[in-house]
Amino acid sequence: MTSELPPGLALQKVDERIMTLNVGPQHPGSGHMRIVVQIDGDYIVACDPDPGYVHRGEEKMAEYRNYILNIPHLERPVIHDSCNVLYPYVLGVEEIVGIEVPERAKYVRVIASELNRCIYTMYWLAIYGIFLGHSTMFMWPAGDRELLIDLMEKMTGARVTHAHFVPGGVRNDLPPNFEDVCLRQVNYFEKRIKEYAAVFYDNPILISRTRDTGVLSRQDAIRLGTTGSVLRASGVDYDLRIKEPYDVYDELDVHTNVMTEGDSYARSRVPWLDMIESCNIIRQALQKMPKSGSVRTKLKPNPKGKGLDSVYKRVESGRGSLGCYIVSDGKTEPYRLKMSVGSFRNLIALPYLLKGEKLGNMPSVYWSLNYWPVEADR
Amino acid sequence: MSSDSEKPSADVKPEEKTSSPPPKKPEEKSVDLPAFEKGISDKIIEKFGDKVEVAFVKQDRVGINVDRDNVHDVAEFIRDELNYDHVESVSGVDYPQDKEIEVVYHIGSYTDSSLASQILVLSTRAQREENPIPGNDATKLPTLRDIFYSVEFHEREVFEMFGVYFEGHPDNRRLLLPEDWADLPPLRKDFAIKGR
Amino acid sequence: MLKDLVTPENANVFIGKLGDILEKAIDKPLGYAINWGRIWSLWPVHIETACCSVEFGAASSPRFDVERFGIIEAFGSLRQCDLVVVQGTITRKMAPRLRLVYDQMPEPKYVIAMGACAITGGLYFDSYNVLPGIDGVIPVDVYVPGCPPRPETLIQGCMLLQEKIKRMKARKFV
Repeated sequence: MTSELPPGLALQKVDERIMTLNVGPQHPGSGHMRIVVQIDGDYIVACDPDPGYVHRGEEKMAEYRNYILNIPHLERPVIHDSCNVLYPYVLGVEEIVGIEVPERAKYVRVIASELNRCIYTMYWLAIYGIFLGHSTMFMWPAGDRELLIDLMEKMTGARVTHAHFVPGGVRNDLPPNFEDVCLRQVNYFEKRIKEYAAVFYDNPILISRTRDTGVLSRQDAIRLGTTGSVLRASGVDYDLRIKEPYDVYDELDVHTNVMTEGDSYARSRVPWLDMIESCNIIRQALQKMPKSGSVRTKLKPNPKGKGLDSVYKRVESGRGSLGCYIVSDGKTEPYRLKMSVGSFRNLIALPYLLKGEKLGNMPSVYWSLNYWPVEADR
Repeated sequence: MSSDSEKPSADVKPEEKTSSPPPKKPEEKSVDLPAFEKGISDKIIEKFGDKVEVAFVKQDRVGINVDRDNVHDVAEFIRDELNYDHVESVSGVDYPQDKEIEVVYHIGSYTDSSLASQILVLSTRAQREENPIPGNDATKLPTLRDIFYSVEFHEREVFEMFGVYFEGHPDNRRLLLPEDWADLPPLRKDFAIKGR
Repeated sequence: MLKDLVTPENANVFIGKLGDILEKAIDKPLGYAINWGRIWSLWPVHIETACCSVEFGAASSPRFDVERFGIIEAFGSLRQCDLVVVQGTITRKMAPRLRLVYDQMPEPKYVIAMGACAITGGLYFDSYNVLPGIDGVIPVDVYVPGCPPRPETLIQGCMLLQEKIKRMKARKFV
């Protein structure tokens, strides 16, 4: 380094009215990140998100592991959504290696992915509740998601880190009698989450705290490149399960939930509506799934790419579009692997949403972005 | 630098290779290129001629190689004429043997429903330094932030991970790495992780 | 008798001895009472360091309910807390902050290293930004293995910590 200050350490001019406040990383309302907010009285005038507290170098490590060894550690960014976070990688490797997936495996994947989306969203909802001081909304989702975790445990053998998707299918077939148990649990689960409307979404306190806070207009949502529930809450009908159907989503009847308000309330409601939609998808998939058959095409021991090649696959995860860019140079390891994650893309909206808000609205706006810091940092 | 843009011959090769054994639909072997995607790449070629180079045309994906002098114009054309409106990801790829660092923009569209499944892969290359001084060496590219606003954090990430300085970017600070990071940019190939 | 023994010269020594005897008499019951109080009101700091926080959250969900055992998930200040549950990977950026949090807490304080990453670096043993375990940053009382540990394992770790506190000398911190 030269004598001048490296970028980021340069001194800033300080206004006397403005107070700089550090929120996080040790803060109940920040998660694993730091948000530097500048406040004038009670109003936020500027906000500078500082992620990177869980930056673990996944992308670098992926260059040293072969395509199979990458599976367990690439799901670690979002362990409670581990099927979805692995999905684009698996799809990409399938294209690089050139391998067909059995029909039944595709349905198993869709079921696992939708179950995992619910598990993720329930955890997100629990934290959203406790951020707003609504303890019931922590206890209910945190308890109900255990039902689906039980299902996933039955299916994959692990509580949260499944490593269930492999290039060429899924690791194991469904356990006997899984369809009936799954249908029963999902029906109960749907009935149960519909009760949340009474305690949370129709709650006047929640509505008064989240209505018209952090409004993201449709143009801004597109311009900032946000994704997932943030985008759909701003009135853009974009869901990769419909727009770019992967595996068997084109055979299923998928609806998206779009709200036009673009405020924190809409952003908190869309994932909840998505969960009800996920229940529908699971029921359809259970019905249409072939009752027997192989669930895995065996790979050769060390799968390789065919020469220099690059794929970019994306799926709709709990937090929005999740892309995986794999550059292969014909070796057993990827030459470069980049995960383009929804959390990281939604983070850019935070400074715009917080500008002019009251400081007390910060947790509700921040967590309504459907943000998971570990995923954003990778 | 612009003369080096002929280098990505390595990128052209996979196009013939991958189109010959398409993994999912074997019946497409005779059909050489998807028509809609071909139309997009043709429009760009028509406008810029030999300044751009089509790297690949696959199902839903169009790859365009541009040198660093024209990337700004091409991106502007893509936004204004082809209705792409946001960048999904910006990735750097280090090619030490070519002495270049490739920066790949994956550009998508929300507003145009015919482009909903399309991704335009715009890649450009910056000169690679053996002993990088991030921000103060020749590894520089023009920023696309004034065209696609969504690249802001992505370009900051590429700057700290590869040392590619984006000229005109208003905020070239660190994003993910610790404040006291004084080593090489970690995603370069010459940065070896411990024990490997 | 006593009058002969205690002279102005050795009065201090004598009082000191008396204090020792008294202390020995009440040390055990008093220490037990202090430890008992500490065991059943362990307040973890709200610092999340990585993905194990998901299972930490699940541990306080109704099914597992770690509060049964006196581990109260506090959303208050770290100056009222006495337990750090290091929930996963410590990166180079987080390590100084973790130490800062630990230093600001009042004595006595206990540390649970939760997850393989906090113990040895785990899956990220060769990453450039991850510390190989947190022993170099803060002293650890209980290690809870797993990637991530199930909530039951975390609860067992908490109970082991309580067991350990029970045997600790309470006066060390009085």
